[in-house]
Amino acid sequence: MNFDTIIFLVSAVVAVFGATMMVAQRNPVASVLYLILSLVAQAACYVQMAALFLGVILVVVYAGAIMVLFLFVIMLLNLRGEEDLGPGQPAISRVTKYVVAMLITLELAFVVKAAPVQEITAGILGLTPDEFGSVRMVAQAMFTRFVYAFELTGLLLLVAVVGAVVIARIDRPAGGNMTGPEGSPTTGGGAK
Amino acid sequence: MVPVSAFLVLAVVLFGIGTVGVMVSRNMIILFMSIELMLNAANMVLIAFSRALNIVDGHVIVFLVLAIAAAEAAVGLALIVNLYRNRETINIDRYSLMRW
Repeated sequence: MNFDTIIFLVSAVVAVFGATMMVAQRNPVASVLYLILSLVAQAACYVQMAALFLGVILVVVYAGAIMVLFLFVIMLLNLRGEEDLGPGQPAISRVTKYVVAMLITLELAFVVKAAPVQEITAGILGLTPDEFGSVRMVAQAMFTRFVYAFELTGLLLLVAVVGAVVIARIDRPAGGNMTGPEGSPTTGGGAK
Repeated sequence: MVPVSAFLVLAVVLFGIGTVGVMVSRNMIILFMSIELMLNAANMVLIAFSRALNIVDGHVIVFLVLAIAAAEAAVGLALIVNLYRNRETINIDRYSLMRW
């Protein structure tokens, strides 16, 4: 067992552990932190696959920015966990959900198992140049062949940010009363 | 050198955990994070094949997926905030009606 394999096994175990704990947690804040752990381990896997740039982006943008957005919302809504959820579901409902999820995963596993990965990748692996996955190579592809997709993604982000502001906005009465009709700023919510 | 199939197995496991989370979770935010986990599992497959085939296109697609995931997170969290304002709960089972 060489060094690469050990690093892969460690990062894979940490990624799966973080993901499992994320689903199993009751407290949403702990759930976000476990997802960050899983994402950092996945970034280690990315780096192992010579995707240096994307590993950095995953940590900075995903674990850094998007997960902090989740934390902001959890703390804004003042969520604590189980007591916010109310009564539980009947056992038959839970069991059915697990069975359906397992069936979907099994289907996916069969597809991956049937894929001729060895035939596709035979002889190609190991020819990777040293700078594969660097900022230079990714940017060369992104700004030549994928330039329209890149520009459209920028437009999409603009639309999404404007849409998020419109959706989350509190509708106030036309008179400009900042506290709302009942004296609470949270009573009149809802997109019109 | 770790073979591509090892990363594929890891991606399937992560996707399965995300599927279980989407199915089972009653907390809307945890459900939303499970969707993010499934997106990341798909990203891992793209990067694995990009490495195996020695083509950098997969990296660009993963970059675009990350940008779209950011947009999705912004809109989705805005929706969750708005839903919480209306119903004072984040239990997904309570939102079985389109209109009330």
